[in-house]
Amino acid sequence: MLMRALSMRRAVAAVILALTTLLPCLAARAMSPELIHELAFGENDAKIKALGALVAADDPKALPLLQALVDGEVQTAGNRQVLLVKGDNATDAVTGAVVAPLPESRDDVVINNRVRREIAGAIAALKLAAPDRAVRLAGVKALQGGADEDMLPAVKHALAKESDAEIRGLLELTRATIQLGSSDRATRIAAIRALAVSNDVSTKTLLLVVLGKKGDAWAEPDGDIRAEAEKSLRSVEGRLSTGEMVGRVFSGLSLGSVLLLAALGLAITYGLMGVINMAHGELIMVGAYATYFVQNLFRSYAPAAFDWYLVAALPAAFAASALIGMVMERTVIRFLYGRPLETLLATWGISLILIQAVRTLFGAQNVQVENPVWMSGGITVFANSVLPYSRIVIIGFAAAVLTMVWLLLTRTRLGLFVRGVTQNRQMAAALGVPTSRVDTFAFGLGSGIAGLAGCALSQLGNVGPDLGQSYIVDSFMVVVLGGVGQLAGTVYAGLGLGIANKFLEAWSGVVLAKIAVLVFIIVFIQKRPQGLFALKGRMAEG
Amino acid sequence: MQRRIFIKRLVLSAALATAGLTATVPVLGADTIKVGILHSLSGTMAISETVLKDTALMAIEEINAKGGVMGKKLEVVVVDPASNWPLFAEKARQLITQDKVAVVFGCWTSVSRKSVLPVFEELNGLLFYPVQYEGEELSKNVFYTGAAPNQQAIPALEYLMSKEGGGAKRFVLLGTDYVYPRTTNKILRAFLKSKGIKDSDIDEKYTPFGHSDYQTIVADVKKFAAGGKTAVISTINGDSNVPFYKELGNQGLKATDVPVVAFSVGEEELRGVDTKPLVGHLAAWNYFMSLKNPTNDVFKKEWADYAKAKKLPGADKPLTNDPMEATYIGIHMWKQAVEKAKSTDTDKVVAAMAGQTFKAPSGFTAKMDEKNHHLHKPVFIGEVQANGQFNVVWKTPGPVRAQPWSPFIEGNDKKKDEPEKK
Repeated sequence: MLMRALSMRRAVAAVILALTTLLPCLAARAMSPELIHELAFGENDAKIKALGALVAADDPKALPLLQALVDGEVQTAGNRQVLLVKGDNATDAVTGAVVAPLPESRDDVVINNRVRREIAGAIAALKLAAPDRAVRLAGVKALQGGADEDMLPAVKHALAKESDAEIRGLLELTRATIQLGSSDRATRIAAIRALAVSNDVSTKTLLLVVLGKKGDAWAEPDGDIRAEAEKSLRSVEGRLSTGEMVGRVFSGLSLGSVLLLAALGLAITYGLMGVINMAHGELIMVGAYATYFVQNLFRSYAPAAFDWYLVAALPAAFAASALIGMVMERTVIRFLYGRPLETLLATWGISLILIQAVRTLFGAQNVQVENPVWMSGGITVFANSVLPYSRIVIIGFAAAVLTMVWLLLTRTRLGLFVRGVTQNRQMAAALGVPTSRVDTFAFGLGSGIAGLAGCALSQLGNVGPDLGQSYIVDSFMVVVLGGVGQLAGTVYAGLGLGIANKFLEAWSGVVLAKIAVLVFIIVFIQKRPQGLFALKGRMAEG
Repeated sequence: MQRRIFIKRLVLSAALATAGLTATVPVLGADTIKVGILHSLSGTMAISETVLKDTALMAIEEINAKGGVMGKKLEVVVVDPASNWPLFAEKARQLITQDKVAVVFGCWTSVSRKSVLPVFEELNGLLFYPVQYEGEELSKNVFYTGAAPNQQAIPALEYLMSKEGGGAKRFVLLGTDYVYPRTTNKILRAFLKSKGIKDSDIDEKYTPFGHSDYQTIVADVKKFAAGGKTAVISTINGDSNVPFYKELGNQGLKATDVPVVAFSVGEEELRGVDTKPLVGHLAAWNYFMSLKNPTNDVFKKEWADYAKAKKLPGADKPLTNDPMEATYIGIHMWKQAVEKAKSTDTDKVVAAMAGQTFKAPSGFTAKMDEKNHHLHKPVFIGEVQANGQFNVVWKTPGPVRAQPWSPFIEGNDKKKDEPEKK
């Protein structure tokens, strides 16, 4: 934080210099070959000095060069030439002329975190005076929490010129963080009060410094200022902890939706049909591998549409797993209805065959399923909690799958048959329902949903032959806890376990949380073997 | 009940799988020397260990092409312990007693090494262990070609606390829950304390093997970082690293704010991770693929050619890393020692190993210490680049002697710097 502050100070002090003097000749000298040479060839200290000088000239022409440095697109050739290289095109950083052909031996200009931080400060400072609103906003956002006293005139100057409310607000906060170190008591107290509305984590760090101790004495001898800082800190912390809570609930929901997706298929095959399907995890894995397969097809044949491969992967994953599920049902499981122990052993055997088949086909190592670009990154809710897009998408996806399954079971003819057959097979058969075909379809449906889960999980975790084994325990846990034969129970159990797990994790660490959840479920099942929601009536006993 | 079944199933499937994978390279006449390779080719550690098996095969092929060892060809026995620690011991026993191998190259995690150690000591076998580890061990039957804590972890912390490294004041020690991270973190905590860091500024966290949901961890790191300049020391092992780094990128935790330095993440582990949001995060190793020197160029070329010829997965983008280098050094040093001892007998080879040197791809000459079974190695700290490679930002002037008994653990000053003779 301090480093960043220093760089900001230097950068912004330089901007002020440029703003107040406004010398055209300075701008003309801005991109001097010496500075560029220093930036490219100098040691880190020299680089940072050159950065300061470059910013002092306040020339927006420096921005592309600085950005290129951050992006690792600056190369040197020989002892003097500095190149901006983008793909196969290169321009000379000093003259701006296109360089072709590229010199044979080139070296990358490498920077470390320290220089990277300084460059970020310089870029932010240069952006503060830019005409484009978006650029200014990015600049002032980058300045948040990294301001220092020397920057005050610059911030005041920007404030005087700024008409945009959002940027003004951020600038005022920046001014307050600077005035926190002011020697004037009234200014300091005002600044501390102003900071109470901040959402930024770094504000907390700054206020903590005011409240800190140096040795045995308070860093801040004035009791009133400490009291104000305490008040502001509480208000900032209050908001931060709200953000934290939002983040925690979100991650619980996210884990819950993963559990739900993994368990939903099992809720049909085990919950409704009563088949103890030990190969359920492997059906998830098959879905994930189907996604991988589709991804590779897109990469080879339609690289332009690569970002949308998931859309094609969903039906493929569903079809692959459903097909395998239906074959399993037709060839093995149907002969074992009503014999749970044999079903368990047979499906376990199938799971081993599936694992080994995948190992033989794709290799024992994990395969890489890439996130499409639109699933990378996240939205910032508060300064301290970012909700990743990939997780938002998967929560939405789980909800969509759930809705579809529910509609399928309650609103369609197939759903009616499935419910009829599971409730009373003889009666359904007597009424002309083709029970054996319904069994196949229902099992295929459950398997297909496992495939969809695999497609979604491939976006979060690793895809390997053992993928299924890490989810099958969780899946059974959710279904059993929720109550066999109940979709609603699965939903509550999935989300409940997810959120409970995340809150326990925050409190006791990941390892203990896992143990605690298992112990809880064991105790719960002892007390209430039928799960959260039990079916009432004759079915419950049968 | 259900859980027990699952565990059994896990073991069984692993056993089944490995039975299928055990393969012996065709016998090249009776006069061969058998060597064993004991790396997980499936399970959570396969991401890291599979390439070590291939590196070992490459080095052995290279040696055979040059006439073998003492005129005898090497014959390889590859087994897959499937990231299953008890299976490591079983497979090690099988290699020594049934296959009668002269030497075993293998293991990655310390828990697997601890599991095979009694077997090697009981049967007087020879193990070359190619991965950085926590120290606190010295066996006559093992040569450690990876780094001890003073050759990796401690320099990395010193760097983070320096001006160039960002001057970190608070530390999150994050690891997988087993012996290597726990011991390393014990040493690091003692080291940090000796530098005046308070306990309240150190946060220690563990996750199980194969953990894939790092939301809470990353959120907690963010919260902890509000208290002052923070760095994360990651000893996460295996494929958990992929979701961990994905989460870091997605939640926007930048290296300029909170750098993460990893001790078990190299070029291979970052394959398949989008490294653009991770630029600036660090790793400490004794070798990086990006090192520029003639020995490394030869090594990289040999690996690229081998990967292409054998159609290994990822041959289109061949990567080398530190444990691969350590494997390579180990095999060649073993060959030199056997030729010096004129025998593959464990005791004779152990004696001949002392003081062996080898021109390593790191650009330095690695030397096996005369006493403590560890290599003298240089230390590099690298930052992740957008292309998944590491850019060296700090290095030691030359090779560093290993301290298997860390001075930061109480009572170690009384321990001998060489294995107890049996």
